[in-house]
Amino acid sequence: MITDMTLGELERALDAKELSSMEATEAYLRRIKVLEPEIGAYISVDEENALAQAAASDSRRAKGEKLSSLDGIPLSLKDIICTQGIATTCASRILVNYIPPYDATCWRKLKQGGGVLLGKCNMDEFAMGSSTESSAFKLTRNPFDLSKVPGGSSGGSAAAVAADLACYSLGTDTGGSVRQPAHFCGVVGLKPTYGRISRFGVIPYASSLDQVGILAKCCEDAAIVLERIAGKDPMDSTSFDTPPDAYRQACKRPVKGLKIGVPQEFLGDAIDPAIKEQLNQAVAQLKQAGATVEDVSLPHTQYALPAYYVLACSEASSNLARYDGVRYGLRAEAENVQDMFVASRSQGFGMEVKRRIMLGTYALSSGYYDAYYNKTLQVRTLIKRDYDQIFADGFHCLLTPVAPTQAFAIGANIDDPLTMYMQDVCTVPVNLAGLPALVVPVALHQGLPIGLQLIGAPFGESELFAIGSALETNRLKPNLPAVQ
Amino acid sequence: MSDNKTIISAEDVDYVAKLAHLQFTSQEAADCTAKLASILNYMQELQKIDVTDVPITTHVLPLQNVFREDETGSCLSREAALANAPEQWEGYFKVPRII
Repeated sequence: MITDMTLGELERALDAKELSSMEATEAYLRRIKVLEPEIGAYISVDEENALAQAAASDSRRAKGEKLSSLDGIPLSLKDIICTQGIATTCASRILVNYIPPYDATCWRKLKQGGGVLLGKCNMDEFAMGSSTESSAFKLTRNPFDLSKVPGGSSGGSAAAVAADLACYSLGTDTGGSVRQPAHFCGVVGLKPTYGRISRFGVIPYASSLDQVGILAKCCEDAAIVLERIAGKDPMDSTSFDTPPDAYRQACKRPVKGLKIGVPQEFLGDAIDPAIKEQLNQAVAQLKQAGATVEDVSLPHTQYALPAYYVLACSEASSNLARYDGVRYGLRAEAENVQDMFVASRSQGFGMEVKRRIMLGTYALSSGYYDAYYNKTLQVRTLIKRDYDQIFADGFHCLLTPVAPTQAFAIGANIDDPLTMYMQDVCTVPVNLAGLPALVVPVALHQGLPIGLQLIGAPFGESELFAIGSALETNRLKPNLPAVQ
Repeated sequence: MSDNKTIISAEDVDYVAKLAHLQFTSQEAADCTAKLASILNYMQELQKIDVTDVPITTHVLPLQNVFREDETGSCLSREAALANAPEQWEGYFKVPRII
């Protein structure tokens, strides 16, 4: 089937003229038509646009031209990434009619490389959540079990890739929003180093933590996409000028001689024993392949989750102040401008977004600023130092669980924000320290996927791809009907 | 450490909502107070740690200010910038009465 081919396989088939981009795009659109009502991965699907981009790609290839490895390959984007002329909602009522006047840099690079955009994926509203249930528009279901959540916040992107409703997808990761859904849906999820991919045109949640990420069917596919979109961007002053590596080649590098740490603080009682068992098997496998694996300690790990929520909410309260009904988005009717601000925001934002704005506003308010915000910035230094020390000691990467559990039931945690926040306990330290991390699916347990997390040194994506490829097994596939 | 009842009061929630330009119904406000209290209590974990003389980290990359020449580049047309405006008037964003 065309739709279960990897990006690498699709590229080879297109190059060999065994297949056209039009055929591939039509195959994905047919599959979306049949399965989307059950999965709910997309907020919008743009058939016309996708077919036009596919036709353009085919005429390029007919002339012997190819813009990039991604030319003609169908993808989806999380609906937080601005697409010129195509609605971008952030899964919020406050942006329901927003049509961006420009492209995010990551999408511009894919577009200029010939990417075929199928549509925009569902997510937690403003990327705030771990289950995609806070979307203002729809529910997304886990392709492996429709009664379970896909994870979040990039749940639509992960479900789309897992169910073969897109060849690959871009998401964003502020505290685990690419990695936890990758783990829940059995796909590869990469959160690159902070600064590796431009954030220009990506609707901000917490700017010092946000990073664009990739959801893909295998490590090599994620590497191909990263090669295309990584790099310095004059439009994002926090993008970094370390040159991108040959990531696709890195997937074939041997792991022999690499040193891998297993932080013991990530293996507490809260972690499901089935996940620990998979981690132990991965350790054995990596040792077998010639890597050194040792237990390590990151003593400040327990502070990462509360620190993350103080910082993310503080930054969010400031970032989301722009939604006031003046220049774009929802405007509520009111007699005067002050009432209009309050009514637009109160009607436009969902409850979880309001809660985080409230927490952040509180943490930044006079009298609490030093106790919460400033103190947390100091704690962030201690957390970062833990990792600096590990990498200074010669470790190439760390191996950890992605989340305490496998995919949970729809509705299970929706009324208990604190339990929902606990989902992020293994992923948030990575964002606080600005590191890259790769999630690789390793097994099915009771019908649901388990992924493991590899954390690398800054700009150490290549080592992650080498080790990730060594752990990668045959792709995990949900039991969904074939679509001809 | 405070318990859920005292860490944040209904009055605090009311005050913070005003700062954040948000409005809650009385039922929402009660629910919000309870949930914020449980989260803030959890955040008290951070008070256990001694951070004397630890510098702050606002940013993980070794980046200083980034400058460029102050030259006019391409930018959105007025029409494009106003395209999403809920209301506009003669090339401006229009809002309800201010005073």
